[in-house]
Formats: sequence, structure tokens, C-alpha cells
Amino acid sequence: MQKILNKRIILTILVLGLLYGSIQNLIVQGKLNPYYEINLLLIGINIMMAVSLNLINGFTGQFSIGHAGFMAVGAYTSAVLTVKLQQPFPLAILAGSLAAALIGFLIGLPTLRLKGDYLAIATLGFGEIIKVVFVNIEYVGGASGLSGIPHITTWNWVFFLTAFTVVFIKNFINSTHGRACISIREDEIAAETMGINTTKYKVMAFTIGAFFAGAAGALYAHYFYIIQPNTFNFLKSIDYLVMVVLGGMGSITGSVLAATALTIISALLQRFAEIRMVIYALLLIVIMLFRPQGLMGNKEFSLSILERLGRGEKHGSVSSK
Amino acid sequence: MALLAVNNLTKVFGGLSAVSDFNIELHPGELVGLIGPNGAGKTTVFNLLTGVYEPTEGTIQFNHENIVGLKPYEITQRGMARTFQNIRLFSNLSVLDNVRIAYHTHVKYGLTSAVMRLGNYYKEEEEMTRKAIEFLHIFNLDRKKDEIAKNLPYGEQRRLEIARALAAKPRLLLLDEPAAGMNPQETHELMNLIKWIRDEFKLTILLIEHDMSLVMGACERIYVLEYGMIIAHGTPEEIKSNPRVIEAYLGEEVAHA
Ligand SMILES: Nc1ncnc2c1ncn2[C@@H]1O[C@H](COP(=O)(O)OP(=O)(O)OP(=O)(O)O)[C@@H](O)[C@H]1O
Ligand SMILES: [Mg+2]
Repeated sequence: MQKILNKRIILTILVLGLLYGSIQNLIVQGKLNPYYEINLLLIGINIMMAVSLNLINGFTGQFSIGHAGFMAVGAYTSAVLTVKLQQPFPLAILAGSLAAALIGFLIGLPTLRLKGDYLAIATLGFGEIIKVVFVNIEYVGGASGLSGIPHITTWNWVFFLTAFTVVFIKNFINSTHGRACISIREDEIAAETMGINTTKYKVMAFTIGAFFAGAAGALYAHYFYIIQPNTFNFLKSIDYLVMVVLGGMGSITGSVLAATALTIISALLQRFAEIRMVIYALLLIVIMLFRPQGLMGNKEFSLSILERLGRGEKHGSVSSK
Repeated sequence: MALLAVNNLTKVFGGLSAVSDFNIELHPGELVGLIGPNGAGKTTVFNLLTGVYEPTEGTIQFNHENIVGLKPYEITQRGMARTFQNIRLFSNLSVLDNVRIAYHTHVKYGLTSAVMRLGNYYKEEEEMTRKAIEFLHIFNLDRKKDEIAKNLPYGEQRRLEIARALAAKPRLLLLDEPAAGMNPQETHELMNLIKWIRDEFKLTILLIEHDMSLVMGACERIYVLEYGMIIAHGTPEEIKSNPRVIEAYLGEEVAHA
């Protein structure tokens, strides 16, 4: 058992190392033009957003559609720290994440009494409130936003924080605490009568999800020089929701794949800005018609699938480890 | 001393008294039946005992502690577990995970160990898996541990629900129509199994059941509920010959059981 796990860990580290090394190499040699770099970093940031939202929506089954609000809290908090208070970047990221987590916790407590549609509407309202709050704070530039943010976010920062986010949430899910969250999605009453403090775990999912959205926000702010309340509007939340649904509610690898694919598709459609949303919407409709459970369903993509395919086995459940 | 002592328990829904002035006492090691016609309030009693509903009136002493007002998970943590009349499994999860989740309250590793894979994470996970498989083995489900719960046949889903409840390590186990939908052969085996787990795990069991021969054969004492009120209680023999019970509910069924 332990042996297999260790093999997996080593393999994962190898794959990640290879990915990191080859891209780092391109950057060092100056072969990666800024257009590719932007999109590469956006892929990482979007993966962080999608995976953290999946923890709330896909694994815990709490329908939240205000995830960009947490990103905004992380972005603004970190930017204030670097721009106004001249604090170092790592501290700013941490503070941004913690501030978002705190808001997630505070929002979680009262709203998690709500279920389904009602919760969705409450989180939607939360996202809009956050936006309006920033519009009205002159200290952070009001509606025109906070500018002059130092350009500190690099490929290194994005890569390691994305990897950290994915590993953190994956490990969380594959523990008794993660299973407690999943049991809430499956049947809240049964979960509660099996001894699970459902309120605690719902709030925990919200808090952890918000934490990583805050970190993603901090990275975002320190790449694009300027942040505006409108950057984190409702449509942005919907973007992340789409990634989660498309990849599969309850599949981390699904979110990673979907975030990557949709970021690339968005970039390709940039030139057709007007019809971008139309194509996007059509894509969604088609996928929901033919694969409503998302690309991965609630399964995980792992190397053992390839092994199994190689051996010609057709069925057997996909490993969730 | 009684493990469970319920006094004057009452639950009113709108204008309807689903349960009124319900009294019951269970002693350690007993296997007690709760019977009554459809809509008598049996499931409501379970929901009150487990904290799913809050009583309108009355007290519930479990293990010398008043548990009225506690959340269901707090009551489970104090040693009460149940199954549901309309099966409530974690249906998209594997059979194994269904049982492992019930083990949750006994896991000691914290969030940091979970995320960093430090401390007791591997050890406790392995131990939990091993124990879960032991419970599955008792219910002859260990070979199906990797199947998705909702794909199991009906009878196996019922057995899985009992296995899951047992994994929570209760002192009092509440079974709501565990044999519903099973054939006579399965029902017979299940009853023997229930008696066996009662002895093996030193449990106290309260059982709701419609199948008369089953209740009469297995339970040491029986409470009969009608319109939310207890109309009789006693040994199977006493219940069988109680005119009130025969008239109100059981009719010929009792005489033939
Ligand atoms: N949540 C609720 N809201 C309103 N009425 C309820 C609720 N739960 C139960 N009742 C009512 O309480 C009464 C008792 O229901 P209960 O489910 O406890 O009966 P039961 O004895 O378990 O019946 P059965 O044998 O059919 O399972 C019924 O009239 C039912 O309609
Ligand atoms: Mg019932």
C-alpha cells in the first residue's frame, strides 16, 4: 500500500519537475514570447480558481457562484500591502489569502444554512457586494481601480502556488476530512447522523476554497499592474463555474484540464471578442447535452488509467487516489 | 440502569400530533421491537431520538445525559447510530468509502497531517480501511468494496446501511425496517445476523419492522404504537394476545405469527 503510494508520489514529482523544467528552460532562453507567458500564467491562476471552487461546489455540494469575490479580496489586500505599505510579496500573498479565507468563513457561517438555489443567490449577492465595496473605497482607487501594482508575479510563483493548491486540495479530499465534505454532498442528513458536523465541514470547505482564490487573486494583481472592481464581476465567477462544471463536479484533474482548455480557447477567441461569449456558450450547451457530468464526471485522471488501457482492461473504477 | 429513557415525548407537525406522550426504556443488551400501522409515528420517534427533529415536548435520557437539543452528529458521537427506512447511502461513493465515513469520529489525525501526509495519516487510514473491510465482511459485502453503492442490489444496500451504522461504534442501534423489500430467505438471514451483531458488539437494538413473524421471533420486548401513542408493550406472547393490539392493528396477522 505505502509502496504504491510512494511510487505515485515519485511519479507525480517527476512529471511536475519535467513540466516545470521545460518551461523554465524556454523562459531562460527567451523563447517564450509575452503572449504565451501571459496565457501560461493565466492557466495557472485559473487552475487555482477552478480547483478551489470545485472543493466547494463539486466535492461539498454547496452551490457557490461568487468565487471571483474571494479573488478580489485577495487581489486588493495583497496590492494594498505591496503598493501602500511596501510589504514584501510573500507576505502580501499570505495576507491576501488569509483575508479571503476570513471572508469565506464569515460568509460561510450564515449562508450555509441555505440550500441549493438560495445559497447560489446569496453567494451571487456576496460577489456583487464585494465589488460595490471596492468601488466605494477611495483608498483603493474606487471604480477606476488600484494601479501601479509592482509586476512581481512570475512563472515560478504561479507554478509553485498552483502545484501547492492542487496537492493541498487533493490530499484534503483523500482524507477523512475530505470524505466528510463529500458525504455532505451525497446526503446531508445521513452525513449528520453518521457523526459528521456538517456545518463545520461546509464552513471549512468555504474557508479553504476562499483561501486559494485569495492567493490566485494576489498573483493576478501582481501580474497585470492594475486591478479594478469590475475585473472580479459576476461574469468572472461564471467563468470559473463553467470550468468546474465542464471538467466535472468532484474531479480535480477535470478542473485542471477544463481550466487549461478554456484559458486556451479564450485566448484563441480573443480576436473575435464580440462572438467569444457566443462560442463559449454554444460549447457549453453542446457539452451539457452530450456529457452533462462534465469531461471527467467525478473520476480522476491518473496514470493508472493508461496502464489499464495498455493492458486492455475495459472496466473497473477509475482510481480516485 | 436504563441506557435510554424517554419520557412524555411529543412531536406536533402543524396541527397533527405525530407522536404524543411516548415513553420507552431500553436496557443494555436488549433487542426491542417498535411496531404499528402505517403513519403511526415510528419513524418520527427515530428522528426525535437521533436529533433530526426537535421534540415539541418531553425528555430523552441517553446514557444518563439529556440529549434533547443536541445536533444529530453530537448524538451519534455519544453512541447512537441508525439506518433509514428509505435507504440513505452515500450513493455515488464506493461501498468501502460509505463505511469509512462512519469511522470519521474516531479518526484522530488533524487537517495538517491530512494535507501534509504527516504524522498518523497513513497509519490511521490503513487501520480505518482494515476495520471497514472487517465490517463489510460481517455483512458479506467485502468482495464488493470497490463498487459504487447505488449499483448494489436492494438487499445489499440495506445491509451496507447497517454495516455503516455499526462502523460508527454505537451502543444503541436504531434500525428502521431493515428487512423491507427483502425476500423471506434474506429476511431470515438478516434477523439472525442482527441477533449475532447484538451479542458480538454488545449492542442495544431498537427495531422498527412490519413483518410480524420477524418481530415476534427476534425481539424480547415489543412496543406497539398507534396514532402516535403507545397502546401496548410487553413480551411477544403478551402482545400476541393483547385484544387492543389485535383489534387496532394486527388482526389475524398476530394470531398466525
Ligand atoms: N416532517 C414532517 N412534516 C409533517 N408531517 C410529518 C413529518 N414527518 C412525519 N409526518 C407525519 O407524521 C405521521 C407519522 O409518520 P411516520 O413516518 O413517523 O410514520 P411511520 O409509523 O414510520 O409509518 P410507516 O410505517 O409508513 O413508515 C404521519 O402522519 C406523517 O405524515
Ligand atoms: Mg416509517
